[in-house]
Amino acid sequence: MKARFWGTRGSIPVSVTAPQVRAKLIAAVAAARNLPLDAPGAVEAYVDSLGFDVAGTFGGHSSCVEVEAGGGEPVILDLGSGARPLAGDLLRRFGPGSPRTYHVFMSHLHWDHIMGFPFFSPVYIPGNRIVIHSCHAEVEHAFRRQQAAPSFPVDFGQLAATVEFDVMETDRDYAIAGLRVRAKKQLHAGDSYGWRLTDGSRTLVYSTDSEHKLDRPEERMGFVEFFRDADLVIFDAMYSLADAVSVKADWGHSSNIVAVELCQLAKARRLCLYHHEPAYDDAQIARVLADTRRYEEISRDGPPLAVDAAWDGLEITL
Amino acid sequence: MELPSRLEGNVRVLSPTGRIDHAHADEFQAALTGYLAECRAGGVPVVLDFAGVEYISSVGLRVLMLASRQVSAQDGCIAIAALTPLVREVFEISRFILVFRTFDSVAAAVAALAPPA
Repeated sequence: MKARFWGTRGSIPVSVTAPQVRAKLIAAVAAARNLPLDAPGAVEAYVDSLGFDVAGTFGGHSSCVEVEAGGGEPVILDLGSGARPLAGDLLRRFGPGSPRTYHVFMSHLHWDHIMGFPFFSPVYIPGNRIVIHSCHAEVEHAFRRQQAAPSFPVDFGQLAATVEFDVMETDRDYAIAGLRVRAKKQLHAGDSYGWRLTDGSRTLVYSTDSEHKLDRPEERMGFVEFFRDADLVIFDAMYSLADAVSVKADWGHSSNIVAVELCQLAKARRLCLYHHEPAYDDAQIARVLADTRRYEEISRDGPPLAVDAAWDGLEITL
Repeated sequence: MELPSRLEGNVRVLSPTGRIDHAHADEFQAALTGYLAECRAGGVPVVLDFAGVEYISSVGLRVLMLASRQVSAQDGCIAIAALTPLVREVFEISRFILVFRTFDSVAAAVAALAPPA
C-alpha cells in the first residue's frame, strides 16, 4: 500500500509568497558563502543538504490523498484542490483512453474538501466511473450545488463520466476496491468521518477535521481502537494544543500533541501530520514537525512512532 | 494524587509530584479545585511548584487551562514555578508556555505574586 499526498493544507489553499521565496533564497545563498561549489554535483548536494523548509515547500493545496492498494482501482481520500494535480498525474499514468473506476472516500463536505472535484479531469472523460463514498446523506446535493450556476460554468449534469454516490454507515466493514473499509464519526461542524483502509497486510487511517475533547476518555479509547496497530495514521494536527483547548476549542480540529498520544496508545507505527494551518509558512510547519518528533521521544512508552509532516508530493510506502 | 500545600506569606504553594497524565489528571484536578476558589482578587495567589512533576500529558495540561480560566475570571493570580527541563519542553511544544506565567524558582514566583504589603 502506498499513500501519495496531493493536498495537505487545512481550510483553504495557500501559495508560497514572493517574500517567502526571497527569504528562502537569502537563507540558502547566505549559508553557501565560502563553500566550494565548483565540482560537478556540488550545487545539487548543497541544496539537498538544506532543510526542507528552505529548499522545498510543504505546499498549499487543500486535502487530497491518493491510496495505491492491491485492487488496481484508484482510491482517493477527499477532493480538495489537490485533486487537480492528482488528475493530471492519473491521466499521465493511465492515458486519456483508459476508462476506469475511481473510488473517493469523503471525510466531509466542507468546501476545502470538495473544491477540487470540478477540476478533477476524469469526470469529463466518457467511460470513467467515479464512486463517491460518504457517510453524509447530503453528499450528492453538496457536489451538485458546488457546480450549479452561478458558482461554476459547467453544471454537474454535463459531466461525461458516470458519477455515483454511495452513502455508507459507520462502524461496519465494507469490501471496496480490494480494501476492507470502515468509517468512524468524528467531532466537526456538520460531522466528519475518519476512514480505516486495510489491504490485508497494511492499514492506513485517515482522520482529518476531527476535534478530540480531552475530558471524554470513552471517546479517546474509541479512536485508539480505530487507530489500533495502524501502519500509518494521517491526522489533523492543525493547531497547537494550547490553541485547541482554548481560543480554537470547538473549531473542529486537533493538535500534534493529541496525535502522538493517540497513536502511541494505539501502537500505530507511523504518524503523518496533516491539514496544516494555512497561516503557517514552511518554517513554522517544519518547527511543528521537529517539536512533534521531540514530544514523541519524551512521551514514548513502547516502540518508537515515526512522525512525518505531509507535503504536497510526499509518498509513503507502507 | 496528594497535593502538598503550604503558605509562603499570603501565597499558596502547591507541590504536585510524579506524572500528571491520563491516569492521574482527574485526581490532580480534584485536589487543585479546592484551592482555586480563594485565588481571586484580594485573595490568595497560587504557585504550582512543578519541581517534582516528571511528566504532564494533554489531559494534565487541560486541567491547567481550566484552572487558568477560572482564576482569570476571578481576577486572581496563578503561576507555575521550577519546571524541570523535560516538562518545560512539553510546555513549549504545546505552547502552554504562552498561557502560563512561569518562573525558574518558587521564590521568584512567590515574590512576583505576593500582594503588596
